[in-house]
Amino acid sequence: MTYQPLHRRSPHDSEVTTVNHPDTTTRPGVNIAGTGAQRTGMRQPDVAAPVMELSGVSVYYGEYEAVRGTSMPIQEKQITAMIGPSGCGKSTILRSLNRMNDLIPGARVAGSVTYHGQDLYAKDVDPIEVRRRIGMVFQKPNPFPKSIYDNVAYGPRVTGMKVANMDDLVEKALRDAALWDEVKDKLKTSGLALSGGQQQRLCIARTIAVRPEIILMDEPCSALDPIATAKIEDLMFELSDNYTIVIVTHNMQQAARVSHYTAFFTAEVDERQERHGRLVEFSQTGKLFTNPADKRTEDYITGRFG
Amino acid sequence: MSAPTLTTDTRPDPSAPGSALTQRRSRPGEVAFRLAMQACLVIAFGVLAALLAWVLVKGWNRLDSRLWTEMPTGLVSRLDGAGVQSALVGTLWIISLVAVICLPIGILSAIYLEEYADNTRWYNRLLELNIQNLAGVPSIIFGILGLGIIARTLGLGFTIITAAIVLSLLVLPVVIIASREAIRAVPQSIRQASYALGASKWQTVYRQVLPSAVPGIATGSILALSRAIGEAAPLIVLGAVTFITFNPDGLDSRYTALPIQIYTFITRSQAEYTELAAGAIVLLLAIVLAMNSIAIFVRNRFEKRW
Repeated sequence: MTYQPLHRRSPHDSEVTTVNHPDTTTRPGVNIAGTGAQRTGMRQPDVAAPVMELSGVSVYYGEYEAVRGTSMPIQEKQITAMIGPSGCGKSTILRSLNRMNDLIPGARVAGSVTYHGQDLYAKDVDPIEVRRRIGMVFQKPNPFPKSIYDNVAYGPRVTGMKVANMDDLVEKALRDAALWDEVKDKLKTSGLALSGGQQQRLCIARTIAVRPEIILMDEPCSALDPIATAKIEDLMFELSDNYTIVIVTHNMQQAARVSHYTAFFTAEVDERQERHGRLVEFSQTGKLFTNPADKRTEDYITGRFG
Repeated sequence: MSAPTLTTDTRPDPSAPGSALTQRRSRPGEVAFRLAMQACLVIAFGVLAALLAWVLVKGWNRLDSRLWTEMPTGLVSRLDGAGVQSALVGTLWIISLVAVICLPIGILSAIYLEEYADNTRWYNRLLELNIQNLAGVPSIIFGILGLGIIARTLGLGFTIITAAIVLSLLVLPVVIIASREAIRAVPQSIRQASYALGASKWQTVYRQVLPSAVPGIATGSILALSRAIGEAAPLIVLGAVTFITFNPDGLDSRYTALPIQIYTFITRSQAEYTELAAGAIVLLLAIVLAMNSIAIFVRNRFEKRW
């Protein structure tokens, strides 16, 4: 595998670290101990400044423009869903939000992705620091071939978080991921021994253990059965009390059920027969599903296409 | 044009003659191919078994502790009390040194090529091509190179360290290729999960990729070392002495090794020497077999299932 950083930086020059959040581990807004008891029902989307903002974002793989001209906000502590047919670039856009695209040789991002007003692709931004703030859960559950405990403790260990008591942190993360009761007696067994749905919740626990501000989820339920899916959806809803969540999903009902905002992407074929992903419509989920502004959105959500 | 219809009359009639499931047509191609494969297996194993039987029968009288407690001799009259201790110790010295020299270089090279090298760069592709080619260079060429460069130009002479360096170079491509295969077999999803938690490149390699690749690396390395044990050709030009009656006592010591010892015994006309050579062959085979068994054990015991 080849890793090509888009920008090089000196290890001591971490603008992202200092400007907005001097210390992730003590950030007041994020209470990792938050549980379901705090759940207060669907909040009205607020109109505060967005935590992230995409403007004119195009992603290229080599010469090929996979997604063109995407502009949308990501609102703080809201769930933003990205829906659309296969090949519409929604996962590509998701990966551009925490620079996971850097890991794909030849991938390049044009336009600007800002996080609290800072350009994520500025020269002096450290992608590792970005990913500490903006975590990611993948389509296929991918626990490390380690114990459940070590899976959760891995992030805090590698990021050098100052942890008073690792046992407590692991327990909190597993409780927040609604997995604690199922695994508390077998923390030393392999994460790979869990069921698919439990593995995915372990991956979520592992992600929230490093206390990110934003969690990106790339079709987190597509490999799961309906019961496990329902558990993950409940969990997302609870997590949105404390975290900003962006989820890519193939499942429109899922987007309608869990998200506050929805972005609908589609693929356009240009004059050279190349497909490019494109954002068609972005709005509050209720509005997008009941009163879409664009004909293509309406066709998709009513099942006439895609 | 009417739409094609699928009707039941395209199905074979179960009551028609010749359609019973139990009826079996003979398939001559199938039978011939299986016989051919079995014949190949018999030939391969037959030759091996014959060789093994021959050395066991020939060397039967010499298969006792004299082999490793006594020194070789050039005098037929003293052959009854002779063994191959100096050659055995020389071989063990050489193989330990080869492991020390070759494994770190080989494994680190494999990590670089798999994880760090940008294989769109011409120099990395050239490196890869050369490693593949080096694996196919005859061992005598390595011996001659070692003679010219290491023994003469660097002035290390006909010593045990010269032999170890040359054999290390000989098996280095094998170690690199085997380690790369093992590293490549670690799923990409594990690396992505690690990066998404804010781990750095080296943390990901060191804490996730390498532990998962160790069984494959160990297996490949042990097999490479057992190849080095059996090599005689490069040692012939590197001054492995035919009869020495002392064990090597340092890196700059003169030495002999089992394959060389076997070669010199077998070129002598007296039957007693042939007998002793057969005994030494059994000893060498036992060492190689033991190493390969360790490799298989390591692979089965620690292999990861994804």
